[in-house]
Amino acid sequence: MRQNFMKLALIPALGLLATAAFSQQAQAAKTFVYCSEASPKTFNPQLGTDGATFNASSRPVYNRLVDFERGTTKVIPSLAEKWDVSKDGKTITFHLRKNVQFHTTPYFTPTRPFNADDVLFTFNRMLKADHPYNKVSGGVYEYFTSMDMNKLIKSIDKVDDHTVKFVLTRAEAPIIANMAMDFASILSAEYGDQLLKAKKQEMMDIQPVGTGPFVWKSYRKDSEIRYEANPTYFEGKSPLDRLVFAITKDPNVRIQKLKRGECHFVAEPPPTDLKALRADSKITVMEQEGLNVAYLGINVTKPPFDKLEVRKALAHALNRQSYIDAIYLGNAVVAKNPIPPTMWSYNEKTVDDDFDIAKSKQLLTKAGFPNGFQTTLWYMPVSRPYNPNGKKMGEMMQADLAKVGIKADLQTFDWGAYLDKARAGQHQLIMMGWTGDNGDPDNFLSVLLSCEAAKNGSNYSRWCYQPFEKLIDQAKVGSDQKARTKLYQEAQIVFKSQAPWVTLAHSKAFRAMTKNVQGYKMSPLGTDAFYGVDLK
Amino acid sequence: MFRYLLKRLAEVIPTLIGITLISFALIRLIPGDPVLLMIGERGASPEVLAEMRSAYGLDKPLPVQYGVFVGNALKGDLGTSITSSRPVSEEFSERFTATLELGVVALILAILIGLPLGVLAAVKRNSLFDYSLMTTSLIGYSMPIFWWGLILILIFSVQLGWTPVAGRMDVMYDVPHWTGFYLLDVWKSTEAWPAFKSAVSHLILPAIALGTIPLATIARMTRSSMLEVLGEDYMRTARAKGLSRTRVIFLHGLRNALVPVITVIGLMAGTIVTGAVLTETIFSWPGIGLWLVDSVRQRDYPVIQSGILLIATIIIVVNLLVDLAYAWANPRLRGK
Amino acid sequence: MAVQAVNTPPLPPTTEAQAATGFKAELKEFWYFFSQNRGAVGGLVIVALFVLVAILAPLLAPYDPTLIHEGVFTQGPAWSMGGSMKHIFGTDDVGRDVFSRLIYGARISMGVGFMVVVFSLSIGTLLGLLAGYVGGWVDTVVMRAMDILMALPSILLAIVVVTILGQNLVNAVIAVGIVVIPGFVRLVRAQVMIEKNRQYVVASGSFGAGPFRQVFVNILPNCMAPVIVQGTLGFSDGILNVAALGFLGLGAKPPTAEWGTMLSDARAFIESAPWLVTLPGLCILIVVLGFNLLGDGLRDALDPRLKK
Repeated sequence: MRQNFMKLALIPALGLLATAAFSQQAQAAKTFVYCSEASPKTFNPQLGTDGATFNASSRPVYNRLVDFERGTTKVIPSLAEKWDVSKDGKTITFHLRKNVQFHTTPYFTPTRPFNADDVLFTFNRMLKADHPYNKVSGGVYEYFTSMDMNKLIKSIDKVDDHTVKFVLTRAEAPIIANMAMDFASILSAEYGDQLLKAKKQEMMDIQPVGTGPFVWKSYRKDSEIRYEANPTYFEGKSPLDRLVFAITKDPNVRIQKLKRGECHFVAEPPPTDLKALRADSKITVMEQEGLNVAYLGINVTKPPFDKLEVRKALAHALNRQSYIDAIYLGNAVVAKNPIPPTMWSYNEKTVDDDFDIAKSKQLLTKAGFPNGFQTTLWYMPVSRPYNPNGKKMGEMMQADLAKVGIKADLQTFDWGAYLDKARAGQHQLIMMGWTGDNGDPDNFLSVLLSCEAAKNGSNYSRWCYQPFEKLIDQAKVGSDQKARTKLYQEAQIVFKSQAPWVTLAHSKAFRAMTKNVQGYKMSPLGTDAFYGVDLK
Repeated sequence: MFRYLLKRLAEVIPTLIGITLISFALIRLIPGDPVLLMIGERGASPEVLAEMRSAYGLDKPLPVQYGVFVGNALKGDLGTSITSSRPVSEEFSERFTATLELGVVALILAILIGLPLGVLAAVKRNSLFDYSLMTTSLIGYSMPIFWWGLILILIFSVQLGWTPVAGRMDVMYDVPHWTGFYLLDVWKSTEAWPAFKSAVSHLILPAIALGTIPLATIARMTRSSMLEVLGEDYMRTARAKGLSRTRVIFLHGLRNALVPVITVIGLMAGTIVTGAVLTETIFSWPGIGLWLVDSVRQRDYPVIQSGILLIATIIIVVNLLVDLAYAWANPRLRGK
Repeated sequence: MAVQAVNTPPLPPTTEAQAATGFKAELKEFWYFFSQNRGAVGGLVIVALFVLVAILAPLLAPYDPTLIHEGVFTQGPAWSMGGSMKHIFGTDDVGRDVFSRLIYGARISMGVGFMVVVFSLSIGTLLGLLAGYVGGWVDTVVMRAMDILMALPSILLAIVVVTILGQNLVNAVIAVGIVVIPGFVRLVRAQVMIEKNRQYVVASGSFGAGPFRQVFVNILPNCMAPVIVQGTLGFSDGILNVAALGFLGLGAKPPTAEWGTMLSDARAFIESAPWLVTLPGLCILIVVLGFNLLGDGLRDALDPRLKK
């Protein structure tokens, strides 16, 4: 009896709540939910080092002087309407867009539009040690430094409110593309001043203010980030009213959430799920050639891998096509060059080392190992777009190598230890990979294969080869793309002949979204931006 | 009693010191540091690495770092997370409430189901019900909860589609921050009822997974404790006085049987934390277990050392309270 | 030796023959109580079965557990659609026979359980004897150390230890073993505290028995009953925790067939290949249940208080 009474009392209450909820939803209009992979480390892209941080900061909240056109690596005007490069290539003048407003938020209200002071503030923070913000939040501008910008920029001068001049120490071709990278996002100098007065400088990197399409609203670590559309965005208000990042670290969970409609969009669905996703009538899968490479690094300083024959023997022993079939489920191509086919200067003429056990054995015999040898093979403990399952690949490689008499002991460590030990060169064979930052071949060949990188650790083969080094150095300073292309193509041939890696795969990149998501364009750089996306 | 308390408190201090030392040292013995992880495959020049390390105070000698950690902890400052630049204490309270909510609901489930079942089994000793309950509870007790959680997801989320797969709340509901317990916070939201339903449906599976072992333990403990009490003289006296069987069992029996059961529940704090690590991993529950495991992977030193210190303190305090309650209930033990 | 000679006669006052019959009688009594307990016998049967499977794995398994069968990735079990009798429990994502892997997994799990128990029991018993018998500051130091170990969340401690030592099965065993040690120490210490004040021990001491003899000849054997029980239960703890580490990706090196690792690899296929998730977990559950039943049975049979 009493229970029944309770039920009766609940019904009208429920009805009320339901109507309240309904009207709320009608108002809420378009909320876009993105199941993202990780929490951002900061909301200031200058300090960022990873995709999760850039997706949550530079892409929705900020703009740069120039930007990559949506879906390409073509550099287009953004906060700068146009730019001139001097004849000697050492001076770049940016002409800034007028009447661009910074976000109005509960914690900041701009009194003036974007101008040259903001550009100076942004770059001087990273460039000048005596800038009041230089040491804030750790004060390490990893991308800025690793792109060599600190040595490249001599000074930044304000010509007038809407003109800024960058003076360089030397001519360097990739600099305009660098200005479109996340770390070059433009911060508000006025917000900076306000925080400086309040002695709360670190808030600049926690509660962001930018000019971008979305206004930051709230953040709960490992749980969610909320944004609202910027009503005064200079390219027009986003069709989405709200943007929510539902931080979901487990890839399986992300897929399940997408299928159940709990989110609209996931990045990098595991290849094993693609078939089911494509078959799902409520889901669209988009794909694009990735700007990446997966490789097996061969530590050339460790015998027997100092012998070219042994390295070539490895390349012939591995049945790479079978990895593409089993691990990428066909969503990748066998790699023969260190740079992906979509990148300019990719050398079609490189001759790949085909899968040939007899030849491999022959090479091993020539090198003095007719019965093979023992070695260790490190497999990646994490899943990366360029290599979705290192463990499985390790198991397959182990089986392949056994066929030519090489007994490979599989080893791994957690990601931190893996990087640490690899950096110190403790490995013999190591699985690794790379996703490009800016579409320039230099970003692959220098970062991964230069002598400098062999010292710094990101050249995991520890391969320092002068003929190769010469070519990439020469290509870096030239500004004539044709000449650069030729040099890079030659470098790829040299690379192949010396085989410091077994080039494994260039994987496709995937995005899966519900059918009602419209207008999304994949970026070859792997970041996700939702301006221009709509829900139908 | 007071002397006993003092003695126990005196024992806690070296334990806590040991914990700070161990959590500090162990995490630094792992190869790789947070800076390397931030840079990832890219690598960086030694100068940049050195600069980044000094930004996080990692360039100081270890004894100095330890001194800073303990000194600040004594002042109530638990440091700042390297990966999120937020105070550890803030992150802890956020994460701890999530785990607490899960743990409390799991325990309530375990008690509400385990206690009556245990009593019933004791009363119907050696019956079919007793046997099957004891068998089931032993299965529950032996359960690998990382598997059990997956099976629950497989059945209720994947096959039946009744519950969401993971997380704490549908992100469509913007729940204001109030107590940190979503089951309470939702009532301050504009869409209270649907948000509450969402919170419950997210909570139910992890709570079952986490509650299974405590439930089995409580059922078994209640049964054996109840059996002992049922054999006592005063129970027979009470029956002889003409009180009804049910009344005797629940009024006199249960009350006395509860003491060891409550002790066991109190001692479950540690079990719950361990269980939480696995449960939270499976259900992506943003609690303390997942937080610590992630921090180990990311070498977020301040989070790990302070997080472990806090958790250990909580476990020690709970155990101490249980011991005190026990000593209070059994005066004979106090002398020892 | 001399000490021993002096000490042989007095206590306990039984001749060897009597002792033998006494032991036999005890064993008989133990078996009587043990076999009364259906659960315990069931546990014994389960454990014996898995031990047998572990020993005979190469004979029972139809295939090498690491053999990759080309072209049969994630094939369903024999009774499902698309299954075949060639792989009665189907194949995993790399094309290995699940049945063979489960069988070899028994080998790993039993071995792991055994190693964890040996590791933690030997260290734990030694520390417990030391703390209980010597007492004083030694006791304090040992017990504080155990308090510290117990206050740390055990799985987290195991994770950290494995991450430091490097990821393989032996290190997983060490990590889990360390976590289990305090249970043994506390148990043995408590027993020693009781036993060392017993008349026969005190008397033996007054006859000049050295500490070594006191501890290992007089005291230890009388502490064994609860240690055996705890050891049996330690098996289930060990198996469960190593599997948990495997599940978190910190267990055996590939391509070793370890149940927890198999489960972890199968997570991605929870929808498309649920048997890959179900079967290894079921194996873990059954083995752990077996040891728990056995342990409970042993406790009941060895604990004199309950023999009513």
